[in-house]
Amino acid sequence: MLDTSRQANELADIQNRLIFVKIGFLMLLVLLGLRLWQLQVRDGLHYQELARDNRTRSIVLEPARGLLYDRNGELLANNIPSFQLYVSLEDIQDREALLAQLPHYVDIDPQEISNKLSIKSRRGRVKIKADISLKEAALIESHRLELPGVVIQPEYQRHYPLNTYASHVLGYVGEISESQLKDPEFSHLQGGRIIGQNGVERTFDEYLLGETGEEVIEVDALGYPKRSLSVRRPLAGDDLYLTLDIRLQRLAEDLLGQEAGAIVALDPWNGDVLALASKPGFNPNDVSGGISAKDWQRFLKDTRHPLTNRAIQGQYPPGSVFKIIMAAALLETQTLSAQEMVPCHGTFPFGRRVFRDWKAGGHGQVDLTKAIAESCDVYFYKAGNQLGIDPIATYARQFGLGEKTGIALPSERSGLVPSSEWKKRVKREPWYPGETISISIGQGFLTVTPIQMAKVASIVATNGRVVQPRLLKASRLRRTGTLKEKPEPPIQQLAISPQTFAHIKEGLAAVVTKGTAKLAQSEFVSIAGKTGTAQVVALKPDGDKDKNKEPQKEFRDHAWFVAFAPVEHPKIAVAVLVEHMGHGGSASAPLAKTLIEAYMGFETTQEPSL
Amino acid sequence: MSLMNDNVNRRGLDTFDWCFLGVIMAIISVGILSIYSVTNPQSTTGFPIYLKQATWMVVGSLAFLVAVGIDYHKLARLSYLLYGIGLILLIIVLIAGKTSRGSQRWIPLGPFAVQPSEFIKIPLLLMLAAYYGATTREGWVRRLIIPGLIVLPGFLLILKQPDLGSSLGFLAIFLVVILTVGMKSKAFGFVILAALMLFPFAWGGVWGSLHEYQQDRILSFVDPNSDPGGKGYHGLQSRIAIGSGQLLGKGLYGGTQTQFKFLPEGHTDFVFAVFAEEWGFIGSIVLLSLYILLFLMGLEIALKAKDIVGTLLAVGVVTMIAFGVVVNIAMTSGLAPVVGIPLPLMSYGGSAMVVNLTALGLLLNVKRRRLSLL
Repeated sequence: MLDTSRQANELADIQNRLIFVKIGFLMLLVLLGLRLWQLQVRDGLHYQELARDNRTRSIVLEPARGLLYDRNGELLANNIPSFQLYVSLEDIQDREALLAQLPHYVDIDPQEISNKLSIKSRRGRVKIKADISLKEAALIESHRLELPGVVIQPEYQRHYPLNTYASHVLGYVGEISESQLKDPEFSHLQGGRIIGQNGVERTFDEYLLGETGEEVIEVDALGYPKRSLSVRRPLAGDDLYLTLDIRLQRLAEDLLGQEAGAIVALDPWNGDVLALASKPGFNPNDVSGGISAKDWQRFLKDTRHPLTNRAIQGQYPPGSVFKIIMAAALLETQTLSAQEMVPCHGTFPFGRRVFRDWKAGGHGQVDLTKAIAESCDVYFYKAGNQLGIDPIATYARQFGLGEKTGIALPSERSGLVPSSEWKKRVKREPWYPGETISISIGQGFLTVTPIQMAKVASIVATNGRVVQPRLLKASRLRRTGTLKEKPEPPIQQLAISPQTFAHIKEGLAAVVTKGTAKLAQSEFVSIAGKTGTAQVVALKPDGDKDKNKEPQKEFRDHAWFVAFAPVEHPKIAVAVLVEHMGHGGSASAPLAKTLIEAYMGFETTQEPSL
Repeated sequence: MSLMNDNVNRRGLDTFDWCFLGVIMAIISVGILSIYSVTNPQSTTGFPIYLKQATWMVVGSLAFLVAVGIDYHKLARLSYLLYGIGLILLIIVLIAGKTSRGSQRWIPLGPFAVQPSEFIKIPLLLMLAAYYGATTREGWVRRLIIPGLIVLPGFLLILKQPDLGSSLGFLAIFLVVILTVGMKSKAFGFVILAALMLFPFAWGGVWGSLHEYQQDRILSFVDPNSDPGGKGYHGLQSRIAIGSGQLLGKGLYGGTQTQFKFLPEGHTDFVFAVFAEEWGFIGSIVLLSLYILLFLMGLEIALKAKDIVGTLLAVGVVTMIAFGVVVNIAMTSGLAPVVGIPLPLMSYGGSAMVVNLTALGLLLNVKRRRLSLL
């Protein structure tokens, strides 16, 4: 019984201690209750947001890019459906496995995937490859479970149905680059967007781009979409009608064929660019579909520079075409009258040097018309020598040389009109009068672009109207469907007398009828023009050219022909430049003729061959 | 002893008993509902998990009835034998157990897998009660060292599996029972001193014996926000689930964390997060209150037990369940590292369900035999 009472005492002791166990447990549970209050009530909204971020993915819906048409409504660029391969960064579970597996299904360099995934963000989508094939898409779809985070999205891909034609005008599109994203110009755009990277795709990007939409979808832990939460439809970009006449554009490119060169055709009255061809070209479809780094390098290293738009970026000496401006300058300054005869014996001694005429023995007595028609060098050596460099530069600038025409294409070059001031500033040397002699026949420091020359032809054709070449004719707003014609650009009138233009035109017409460009003579339409030979190897006054020896092609001169037609009521102004083809009269003039005839509605009978 | 048996309350169930059963059934039901919500969309093939759990509830209820029916004193006398069997099972597990996610915890038994680390808790509870209830244990050797040496192999075998959560639960039951029995301050001081001295060695041994994922879990407990996709993922997703439930919850099946599988192990260790996301703070507090009610009733039984065996058995059962509840909810709500302890009565698991209901049966057993001395 003693034991029992001891046990009873001990039991009482133990049971008395239970209160501490009770308090201990209750305190712990109250602590848990407080923790739950903290999580669910105090910070509930925060966790609510985290939960929403967890399960929702925002997808940018690319708008359809505006379409491009020529002036007659011929389609130049549209959008075709294609599969785009994305990786959703939040949903990658094993980066290494992804890098190892993806190349089994898609033709892509693992290094390239790695580069694309190396951006800092852990959220959002990265486009891994554009325009994957149906086979690739099917392979990925069937291995989806092994590739968490990989998403195939059908999207529109830019397509250029004419392939290489008008490639330099149209340009191409591409994903916005890292450096562009840092540029304030693109600050309103998000990464991954397809934007115009060249040509009118670039300059009119703001019209073509449209507005992106957004879809918020709910996904599970593996990134599989469950349902759509909200959709904001994208707004397609505006369709643009260019001033190009695609038939003329095609013809111009076909005429250049395999040669490097450029052809620009303008409507002289309003500056409409009817054709702007540059060869060699490229296929914008190859570039726009997410070009691989390797192909891009190949493009950039191509010594024929297919991406260069020679019509606006090629800077060449104008050669004898410059005599048009020389004629205007000498008549306007009354240095010479149109009728004044100048003897030409084939040489022009200047100081201790002798400048030669292209025609050994000379042209005899020449007036302005004959000087232009036969492209007499001595006549213009003399005129230039009397004028001096600075008046020449002034007139050259009036005709728009030395400055960009302002055509709506990226990276236009301005060419160079040298002057004594320029020489002092840039070369830190005085201007030597001998240099003026070279400038007089369009050589020396003087350089121009083909579009500038087409503009010169326009100015002469319209007796001094200066218009900016324009590419955009009209736009159709996708939202309203209304077609909006662009207003004609402002016109500036040169202070050069009509008589001067009349004299020049007479000379230019004679170039075709009896001068250096008889190959440009058309039986359907009257053409006025001027040939030119842009020297690749600098003009040497005493250079003993070996006429019998044909120089290597890359040292041969460039052939110019600048023209307008019909002479009486001009409708088209053309500049043709073919690189390394020698004389403008033989190489370039027939091309201009064919183009003009086609534009005037006459099918050419004779295939020109280069 | 026959006198005691004759004095068993045979009047059937009183209000307390009904409340006790009601609370247990309510918690289990909430658990099955949550499991249903988690596994609802994926149970297209095979036997749905929530039905399995309901089946385990039925099996557990039978065990409960058995545990109520047999006098706990008889069971206490069998406890050393049962504990020995449990240790043998643990050794079998170590040798031939089924391995899942790096842990060897299960003995396959036909279509089921039995988890001896759960079952050995029953003999542990009975054994501790029997040891201290048999006679007064004087001195710290008898009070602490001998029972400690008996408990130690079980603890180590479970830790070796490794099952950190269960081994800690094992230790917790032992400690709470010792504290309830009463420690002479000298002896207690010695325990503290020894623990402090042994800590570096124990830490080295324990840490080294942990699997990499367990080490990661403990490390990620330090700063789970630093790596949402990595090691702290479970804990963070669990906290997002609980927190985003806010005051009123997202409703049944409305838990996005659960339904879209951001929350892992939703039907087992993280079942509380599932419940809290769908039923909010209000639901969580109601659930906590149910558990509190259960503990208070358990401690009430301990307080009114007629002998030390009954009291210590009741305290042990309450400790076992309370430890699971506290550590599990602390773990899912980010107060404790993710050590892998199921929520008693709610997490899916047959062994745990049967063991917990058996233990609660023992609790009612103690209560129904207390009137004999009154």
